[in-house]
Amino acid sequence: MIRLTKLALNTAVCLGLAISSSVFAENIAIVGAKIHTMSTVGTIDEGTVLIRDGRIQQIIEGTSVPSGYRQYDAKGKVVTPGLFGALTSLGLEEVSLSAGVVDARTHAHAVSSVGAAFDVQFALNADSSVIPITRVEGFTSAATTITRSENLFQGQGAIISLAEGFDAVIKPNAFMSVSVNDGAAEDNGGSRAAMWVALNASLDEATFARGYDLSPSEAWDGLTTREDVKALMKVVNGDMPLLVRADRASDILQVIKLKQRFSDINLVLVNGSDAWRVAQQLADAKVPVILNPENNLPGGFDQLGATLENASRLFKAGVMVAIGIDTHNIRLATQHAGNAVANGLPHAAGLAALTANPAKIFGVYNEVGSLESGKKADVVIWSGDPLEVTQVAEQVFINGEAVEMTSRQIKLRNRYMNRNSSKPVAYTRP
Amino acid sequence: MSNLKQQKLALAVVVASVFLGACSDNKEDAKAQTNGPNKDPFPSTYQAVKSKPVVITNVTILDGIGNKIEEGDILLENGIITELGNSVSAPRDAIKIDGTGKWVTPGIIDNHSHLGVYPSPSTRSHSDGNEMTAPVTAEVWAEHSIWPQDPGFQRALAGGVTSLQILPGSANLFGGRSVVVKNLPNRTIQDMKFPEAPYGIKMACGENPKRVYGSKGGPMTRMANVAGYRAAWIDAQEYQQKWATYNSELDAGGSPKAPKRDLNLETLAGVLDGEILVHMHCYRADEMVVMMDVMKEFNYQIGTFHHAVEAYKIADKLAENNVCSAMWADWYGFKMEAYDGIRENAPMVHAANACAIIHSDSDIGIQRLNQEAAKAWSDGQRAGIDISQADAWQWLSANPAKSLGIFDQTGSLEEGKNADVVLWSADPFSTYSQAEKVFIDGALVYDRTDPESWPVSDFELGQIAAGDAK
Repeated sequence: MIRLTKLALNTAVCLGLAISSSVFAENIAIVGAKIHTMSTVGTIDEGTVLIRDGRIQQIIEGTSVPSGYRQYDAKGKVVTPGLFGALTSLGLEEVSLSAGVVDARTHAHAVSSVGAAFDVQFALNADSSVIPITRVEGFTSAATTITRSENLFQGQGAIISLAEGFDAVIKPNAFMSVSVNDGAAEDNGGSRAAMWVALNASLDEATFARGYDLSPSEAWDGLTTREDVKALMKVVNGDMPLLVRADRASDILQVIKLKQRFSDINLVLVNGSDAWRVAQQLADAKVPVILNPENNLPGGFDQLGATLENASRLFKAGVMVAIGIDTHNIRLATQHAGNAVANGLPHAAGLAALTANPAKIFGVYNEVGSLESGKKADVVIWSGDPLEVTQVAEQVFINGEAVEMTSRQIKLRNRYMNRNSSKPVAYTRP
Repeated sequence: MSNLKQQKLALAVVVASVFLGACSDNKEDAKAQTNGPNKDPFPSTYQAVKSKPVVITNVTILDGIGNKIEEGDILLENGIITELGNSVSAPRDAIKIDGTGKWVTPGIIDNHSHLGVYPSPSTRSHSDGNEMTAPVTAEVWAEHSIWPQDPGFQRALAGGVTSLQILPGSANLFGGRSVVVKNLPNRTIQDMKFPEAPYGIKMACGENPKRVYGSKGGPMTRMANVAGYRAAWIDAQEYQQKWATYNSELDAGGSPKAPKRDLNLETLAGVLDGEILVHMHCYRADEMVVMMDVMKEFNYQIGTFHHAVEAYKIADKLAENNVCSAMWADWYGFKMEAYDGIRENAPMVHAANACAIIHSDSDIGIQRLNQEAAKAWSDGQRAGIDISQADAWQWLSANPAKSLGIFDQTGSLEEGKNADVVLWSADPFSTYSQAEKVFIDGALVYDRTDPESWPVSDFELGQIAAGDAK
């Protein structure tokens, strides 16, 4: 049986097939690092992470390792949980402009009138080169979704693992996105006076549709289509968080008011240039914020309050903050968080904004986002402080397996750093 | 002196890489210019802020040309750097700043910005960076679009940026003239113009022109892009010749009729004369090499390829041709011509002895170019490219200054140069380091420790959060 497994493994590797990694994972000990557990245990100055069957077995103080573990020496280094890309289009967007279909952008289709029905779980490309480029920089999971639709909503996003292979989806239908900022108003009736009525009406229909027969044989005359309202029912039930992109304080207060109309709704604010101005209201309503802390310019009249201190002010008011909005360069979320720290956010909160907080926001903290017994062994060994621009992920583990630390970019670098001028470059395979 | 002779002289001087300003306060030169069009119709009215002498002591100094001084001092006096070293003799009335634990560098120079032409707020009414009406619009000048009240200037100042080049966008083969400014906005763009800085021209390779004009009469292919540059240079040569003939007839005592001015060709001829520096948006290695052949065909110099995402593939050829590359640290993938971006681009260009520059092209990125350089520097280190921090700072000040033709005035900490200086709270290759004090021409124009002194643009004045920690 064991022999068969090994044979299967070899075959899988030779054929380049994806394998369910945890089945074959060896026991691993990451020894001697400063460990930011991101759990209630906090930071251990010198500790060891024990990994078994693809899961965190235990975090222990000191460096004594039981027998039977493959050891990674991490003395003088820093260990964190794998980072969580808080809001991306990973797997949906290879090249953004003039390069074929971008699954992160939808056109209108008859199946949906308000965009809520669209669902990215069917669109993920596990072979996107952006995934290994992101993975080698310490990111092991991400929220991924549509960034632009011709509708009110941007559909349903998924939580994915950045592990190699075709079983990336950790949680489909994980969240719904909508925008209520200047751009969204422009696209939805030309005014917030139109857009908000449409948004409220869509959610009202979802409330109304509870217990309704949504089969094609029954009439449905909603503003939403049947498929939209099915998705929105999960939103008004609170099963699927609603990510709302808003910037100005007045808009954010309108977002908070959604909780009065739809008591079960689970809100997450995105962007929130002015969020610091209504920080207390956000804290009281327990609305977390996903933001880019470097946004400090008034891109429009709805962003006049933008400041580098947004993240730190929200944190001080007790608002949960997650950092990281990008796709190709979601890997720079560490730098973004570092700059939030440079502008007043405590360092531990900067790390939480990249790990535990997004995992909590998307309801997967039981699996990822901290180093605790039983969780997925998504772990990163860093050369130093992950928020320092000069430090890097030296080794990434996903599901307890050491990731091959290479990418298309690294291969391009190696080809041209070691260029053999006696023959065309295509003959050098680094 | 005839205009032609003057042009030749200017070219010779450029080749000797000491730039002769297009504008001149020398009366004889001004008189000689009456043969041709006024080359400086929108003269700089920049005035340095008056300041007492400033001495920063016991500070780590990167002079921007490869040297690091530990526990050094630097003296700024009358707008210039008068002394730096292990100790300086400061006048008694000098403002003394204790630099213990802090770092001093030359002010950052961003040679690729669209502040003012694509300002914040980015409303349609402010969108003044791309004259997308024809592929060759060398007649437009960015300075006529710049809105000095863009709050982006103040944000960049807080990031240690003391000078910048503002360019038209990249929609066109020839997008128009760029302008170099001191980052000290006042009422008008003329108030910002860097005195005696040469003009630049923005050109663009690749995807953008063909995308914009593909259904508007062309070019719709890269081959038509190249045909477009060549056709324009042929027209410029003819125009140049017309003026040469006119000037030589005038010199011979005749009374020829002056050719009709053509603003487009005037700028292009200025490039051929070596008076206007070429800044060319170009991502792909193969396209950059084609452009260096076009450059040789028409005998002009490309100063800098901007973005140059694939410069690492042809760093040897860039060095041979003396063309700078202005790069991001890590942008990639947003379009096909950016697909092969790698983190080690700048250090690989530097290692090939070519001129490397870190640029922003972004109102956010411009605020922390030190971090962009730090990323590229450390990525290079890990790939085995050993460059000192002191050498790497050339990417932020000296090399962009050379690219802009202002290195004789700024871009390094050397006695006699403009006192464009940043005091950093810590090693500027750290995320946590911030520009604490920024000096332009010796005047303290940004002081992080004194919120009451922070500059606020007209646009932000009286709005919510005006003067906030931005």
